[in-house]
Amino acid sequence: MTTTQITTAVRRGARTPTRRRRSSPHRKAIAVFVLPFGVLFALFYALPVGYAVWQSMLTVEREGTFGAAREVFGGFVQYQQVFSNGPFWSSVGRVLTFGAVQVPVMLGLALIFALLLDSPLVRGKRFFRLAFFVPYAVPGVVAAIMWGFLYSPNLSPFTVATQNIEFLSADLVLWAMANVVTWVYVGYNMLIIYSSLLAIPTELYEAARLDGAGQFRIAWSIKIPLVTPAILLTTVFSIIGTLQLLAEPQVFRSFSSAVTSTFTPNLTIYSTSSIPNFSLAAAFSVVLALATFVLSFAFLKFTQRKGDQ
Amino acid sequence: MSATGTASGAAKTSSANMSLGARENPFSRTGAMIVMGVFTVYFLMPIWWLFVSATKDRSQFTSTNPLWFAEFNLVENVRELIDYDQGIFLTWIANSAVYTVGGALLGTILAGMCGYALAKYPFRGREVIFNVVLGGVLVPATALALPLFLIFSQVQLTNTFWSVFLPSLVSPFGVYLTRIYAAASVPDELLEAARLDGSGEVRTFFSMSVRLMFPALVTVFLFQFVAIWNNFFLPLIMLRDESVFPVTLGLYSWNTQVNQIPELRGYVLVGALLSIIPLILIFLLLQRFWRSGLGAGSVK
Repeated sequence: MTTTQITTAVRRGARTPTRRRRSSPHRKAIAVFVLPFGVLFALFYALPVGYAVWQSMLTVEREGTFGAAREVFGGFVQYQQVFSNGPFWSSVGRVLTFGAVQVPVMLGLALIFALLLDSPLVRGKRFFRLAFFVPYAVPGVVAAIMWGFLYSPNLSPFTVATQNIEFLSADLVLWAMANVVTWVYVGYNMLIIYSSLLAIPTELYEAARLDGAGQFRIAWSIKIPLVTPAILLTTVFSIIGTLQLLAEPQVFRSFSSAVTSTFTPNLTIYSTSSIPNFSLAAAFSVVLALATFVLSFAFLKFTQRKGDQ
Repeated sequence: MSATGTASGAAKTSSANMSLGARENPFSRTGAMIVMGVFTVYFLMPIWWLFVSATKDRSQFTSTNPLWFAEFNLVENVRELIDYDQGIFLTWIANSAVYTVGGALLGTILAGMCGYALAKYPFRGREVIFNVVLGGVLVPATALALPLFLIFSQVQLTNTFWSVFLPSLVSPFGVYLTRIYAAASVPDELLEAARLDGSGEVRTFFSMSVRLMFPALVTVFLFQFVAIWNNFFLPLIMLRDESVFPVTLGLYSWNTQVNQIPELRGYVLVGALLSIIPLILIFLLLQRFWRSGLGAGSVK
């Protein structure tokens, strides 16, 4: 609060010091501006978070085998179940494996394309920028349906490949999904990195150019270090997205029996809630949200410390 | 902001081409173009295949070259799709339009109002509100789907239009972005001048500040649009009644029934094509705003 006030005060100059009063004379207007969003945020963001935590503390109790079920407070009983639930943790392991391979490949490609678009080597930049970005307009469900057809042995245009390699087998289906996610998001990430490349002042490379540096050298020593913040941002978004994987595996279930109902953490949550076991599903949700938060936070902290050294 | 960005980008490209382009190694240049060409095929081929497939009738689908046209039956295919199940596909398209365009538009206005107030009016609790909202940015939308379902079932509102529409209106990221943007782009002097002219605060916002914040608002709109359009978990868990499905959930449910009802396969393909064409057009038209907005997002 103080920093913003100081900066605005500095910007205004010393001419109007009287305006720096504490209470605002525009209460009504502020209420009109803030309340609509505030109420919806409270109802559909804050309340669900609280409700998930509350529901995860409940447990179902029956009087005898056939007695009526009722929910009672059970403390951390559900969390014990979460931590001893094998399928859930193997689904977490699966998305982490997925992310460890897919995120670097996707961002590596996005970085290469952004650098090529920013270099004088490529003609027709506008066309390539648009062509690579188009898949981002395709929602995950539709992209997964499309690729599901392309992978299937009988319908695919690439029968030579699909009849010899079973893309939808238990061994490969995870990587088949990785390809779908990569296909959708490379262009978007490329655009983020490209727009931060455009913000670099050209003089920086002209000097390097006069010293005889080639395009590769300029990219490696000047451009990549300067766009690192954008790359970190896209990495965090990608980690979050990976842990939340749902649409692609859910769609692939109709193409491949290798995708189980606990293939990813969100599929586990969905199938647990359709049992219905809401308390356990809520506990899964809470653990997954915390894991997402910790992982992206840890990544940011780790890279920041590395940068400071 | 976007204007200067584009201008400097354009200037940069042309100067780079003139002064440096001629000296580039022809091998690097050919290599770069080959890489871009190969990946253009990779990115566009699935969409091309979808388009070609959508023009074929059922018998030609498996018997003719999948990447080239046979008889051009697109119009008949679209007509069949629209007629199927009393026009349920058009209902889904209309639903999706309301969920995404309506949700993103209203959500953007609400987020813009809140972000603007947080930027331009000092009041008690302002930073608390901002930090809580910022925490909301970190909560993934899918993590909210299940608890939202539980809350809506408490008030017997699951399986309704509102159960998907209302949660889509909240964009914490929008508040964050519009606050930063309003702080930098709406001068206090201008607000003071509007006050002296006797304009009320709310009227000033809608008649003047909205225009100054326009680039940020378009970005928030696009982000919220994509977030709603891609949020599959919420409708999946919330809706059972086909008449309130968005098109993504509708195509998904058809796709799960392909083994029982084989003609649905054709409808899934034609439907997928029809549902992405308007999006691709909107995305390409608003491309400029994507870039300026993404730049604004990474300023922090």
